[in-house]
Amino acid sequence: MELVLSLGIGVLVGSGVWLILRPRTYQVIIGLGLLSYAVNLFIFSMGRLTVNKPPVLSGSEAIDPASFADPLPQALVLTAIVIGFATTALFLVVLLAARGLTGTDHVDGREPER
Amino acid sequence: MIPGPEHLVIAPIVIPLVAGALLLLFDDRERRLKATISMLTALALLVVSIALLRITHADGVAENGRVVVYLLGNWPPPFSIVLVLDRLSAMMLVLTSILALPSLVFALGRWNKAGPHYHTLFLLLLMGLNGAFLTGDLFNLFVFFEVMLAASYGLMLHGSGTQRVRAGLHYIAINLVAALLFLIGVSLIYGVTGTLNMADLAQRIPQVAAENQMLLETGAAILGVAFLIKAGMWPLSFWLPTTYTAAPAPVAAIFAIMSKVGIYVILRLSLLFFDGTGASANGFGAQILFIGGMATIVFGSIGVLASQALGRLAGFSVLVSSGTLLAAMGLLEVRVTAGALFYLVSSTLAVSAFFLLIELVERGQDAIANVLAVTMEAFGEGEEDEEIEDEVGVAIPGTLAVLGISFAACGLLLAGLPPLSGFIAKFTMLTAAFNPAGMGVGGAFSSASWWFTAMVILSGLAALISISRAGIRAFWAPVEETVPRVLLVEIIPVGALLALTLVLTIQAGPIMRFMEATAESLHDPRAYVEGVMQAPRIERAEPEATR
Repeated sequence: MELVLSLGIGVLVGSGVWLILRPRTYQVIIGLGLLSYAVNLFIFSMGRLTVNKPPVLSGSEAIDPASFADPLPQALVLTAIVIGFATTALFLVVLLAARGLTGTDHVDGREPER
Repeated sequence: MIPGPEHLVIAPIVIPLVAGALLLLFDDRERRLKATISMLTALALLVVSIALLRITHADGVAENGRVVVYLLGNWPPPFSIVLVLDRLSAMMLVLTSILALPSLVFALGRWNKAGPHYHTLFLLLLMGLNGAFLTGDLFNLFVFFEVMLAASYGLMLHGSGTQRVRAGLHYIAINLVAALLFLIGVSLIYGVTGTLNMADLAQRIPQVAAENQMLLETGAAILGVAFLIKAGMWPLSFWLPTTYTAAPAPVAAIFAIMSKVGIYVILRLSLLFFDGTGASANGFGAQILFIGGMATIVFGSIGVLASQALGRLAGFSVLVSSGTLLAAMGLLEVRVTAGALFYLVSSTLAVSAFFLLIELVERGQDAIANVLAVTMEAFGEGEEDEEIEDEVGVAIPGTLAVLGISFAACGLLLAGLPPLSGFIAKFTMLTAAFNPAGMGVGGAFSSASWWFTAMVILSGLAALISISRAGIRAFWAPVEETVPRVLLVEIIPVGALLALTLVLTIQAGPIMRFMEATAESLHDPRAYVEGVMQAPRIERAEPEATR
């Protein structure tokens, strides 16, 4: 499970970094999307990987923390997803505005001279 | 004890949030009402932050420093989110609200008519800034950072136009990547220590096992990169001059404090986390801060010398100021830090005034005015505004003289020449760098001090050359004089900011004592950590605001 998760994060980060270094705005936004998925998975993994363990305590009896998943990274991921979604949507609007105003989808707003 | 002061801590976050949301209910045509509400909000913020400053620094005595902790949700301290108010955060709150008022007044002239929701975005930016200064939780810091940035995207694009959208695209992309780095850093630190409370982290980091040390330092370094992008350290700073130049003048004026947010966080976290008690060397990353700061000063100074347009000159001045602060922090001397804090206040006020002034000066050269006219037309409000302006605007006699004097004052401040506060700030930093043990004691000083002195003085020279050249070109060279049409509400904010630097100069003694007390508590964060960890819960259960 660790291997699959780390490979997944690695592939997402690799593709994301390559894409945000590309010259087209659409590639940049997809790259940012992939990177944010990778980061969300990474935050999640920082709470240690567990299977079949609830994150919420039940009842008030004495509990063994080892039999529960860490709920905090899950809450953090939730916040990060919401914020990432909102800012990416905002970036999309600016991207479209830039396309409309400059007439090109190059990140610098003009085609490079060859 | 009266319940007031305790709840006052959260007021700088709640007031702009509520007022900003309230403004959404009104149509954008109700400009006078909206402007009144946001001005009142900014005034309230100023009053609240000054009251908070008085709480942390009671009677102006260094020993009376207080750390006020506000437990959100009334959980016992290491859990949940806390707001922490100490001298540094109170100082930054006051500085924010001091910048907010002139910027809002300036925007009354014309900018708040150039697009929708100006005041709402502005107030949300203030909320994000205040939250970032107050929070005692690493992840909550991320949330407030994003609130601040989201509002700043809107403000930066305010008024639209090709150049602004193009610069905004880069600005947003860079900040989104920085946000991801922030998250990676935060989660690495959480993975190693199991806590996000800053005070709790300060206690746990020295106890981190040796095999996890590298992971922790990686996390801290990645986190640091995210803040250094914000602060504009070379080579992470190429976006900054372009963005600040493209932003509308009153927005650029408040952006002057946004790069200081990065500086604030680095100053707070590096001294809190790596105080030399654990396996980490004393001041992890201090050398990188010093070298990076020096490189930023060099880059900024070259930029200042090379700038033809006034806007870029101001943008590079922001970089020089950031670089000086980073290098001063890298020296890890209490008294240098005190000087740097003074410099932070002085240079932020100066740069802010400079950004406002530039728009007025360039209006005489017709460039900005034309752009503005086009954007106003695109927004569908041309004629109507002109009429209103004619009623309100009174052409001030001797406009050019007033502008010229303000320009000269900005030059003196940025170059660090007497008699204004820029000189005092640089002088205290350099004195402290050469007398680490105290005045007259002597003792060895490092080569770093020599380099620091040389760079600070050379950057001042660069600023002086460049600003006097720009001043001559703007005020003396034109053959046919076109007197810029300046409204009273636009020149008063500039004057007010410059007057504040004069106050800084005259009151330098008590203010320096405050800065020294602040720097001492920063370098010895025990009071901060204990204050947070032993904060008493309120027994009576009562509903509190949460995020």
